[in-house]
Amino acid sequence: MMNSQLKNFTKGLLLENPVFVLLLGLCPTLGVTTSALNGLGMGLATTFVLVMSNLSVSLIKNFIPDKVRIPAFIVIIASFVTIVDLLMQGYMQALHGQLGLFIPLIVVNCLVLGRAEAYASKNNVLSSVIDGLGMGLGFSLALTVLGGVREILGSGALFGIPLHIFPVDDKGNSITMIVFVLAPGAFIVLGYLIAISKKINKQ
Amino acid sequence: MGKKPESTFVNMVLRLLVIVSVAGLALGLVYTQTYDVIQAAKKAKLEAAIGEVVPAFDTLMTYSLPPVGKDSITFYKAYKNDVLVGTAIDTYTAKGYSGRIKIMIGFDPQGVIINTAVIEHKETPGLGDKMDKSKGRWPEQFKGKDPKTFVLKVTKDKGDVDAITAATISSRAFCDAAQRAYDALIEEGGNDE
Repeated sequence: MMNSQLKNFTKGLLLENPVFVLLLGLCPTLGVTTSALNGLGMGLATTFVLVMSNLSVSLIKNFIPDKVRIPAFIVIIASFVTIVDLLMQGYMQALHGQLGLFIPLIVVNCLVLGRAEAYASKNNVLSSVIDGLGMGLGFSLALTVLGGVREILGSGALFGIPLHIFPVDDKGNSITMIVFVLAPGAFIVLGYLIAISKKINKQ
Repeated sequence: MGKKPESTFVNMVLRLLVIVSVAGLALGLVYTQTYDVIQAAKKAKLEAAIGEVVPAFDTLMTYSLPPVGKDSITFYKAYKNDVLVGTAIDTYTAKGYSGRIKIMIGFDPQGVIINTAVIEHKETPGLGDKMDKSKGRWPEQFKGKDPKTFVLKVTKDKGDVDAITAATISSRAFCDAAQRAYDALIEEGGNDE
């Protein structure tokens, strides 16, 4: 029992990592990961929504008639996303300024609806919460790594701390590989990270 | 697994209604609980921006021109011992590379720029976002410049502003917002006191 729950938790981190293996929720993945902090913030916000929606869906799974389950799930997910949005506005202004546009989009992140439909609506509360936590942390890990790599290469910093690894021009600005903080850089880095995770998972 | 309720019309409508009501109630609760905190956080952010662009003050006079509407520009006149020490102007531009940019610009009583602070922008990280003080030293060139003699346009447009490398559109937008603030300041200048 204990062992299977542990497996249930760790599958989200590597074997079934939502970004690197399931390729779910790529819109926020590519959009917000211009820095490690943005990735981590988005990941944790999504984790909260995932855990809470998995919990609620699995609690009321026997209350919802089959034909209206998707609208019911969406209402639940949208409510938790709005709660996260309000809390971030109040307590994390700076981060909300950076991620503001993407927070409401968690509603349509197919990862959240996907776990509600594929897992939480068929399993008990404890397993569903652990599944949400594992998937959420796997998502956060992927976004943080992706954001970290892009930030190092594109801005020459990590978590906002300058690393001084790039040459400096005559105005004192460091010359970085700007393409990595733009959209194409997201695809390039994601491609390499998927390849690396495939290699790790094979062993 | 327990038995699922059948998908009859009554079942579907009633059960969805229950779910939506609970969700609505929960949202209402969170909204009222966080309302004050959110307003306080927004106010703190605005006040921090004002504090950055004008010298220390004890009273602040606020008004907007035109008084309402999303195109209005807000003036924050800062007084110390009843003497005007600076005017912070909350200005905007719609010419940003990815949408609206909001900037706070402080002018001293002679109309010279004291400092600038970006309140809100969605410019490209690593390029246009260098207009934000925390990301680069680009905005420092505006300090102590009088827009009467310092043309608020990028050098490509025959102005005096060095554009951000590879982000001319963002730089132009910043200048547009600054010019709007200066125009508003001049226009408003007559009816001071």
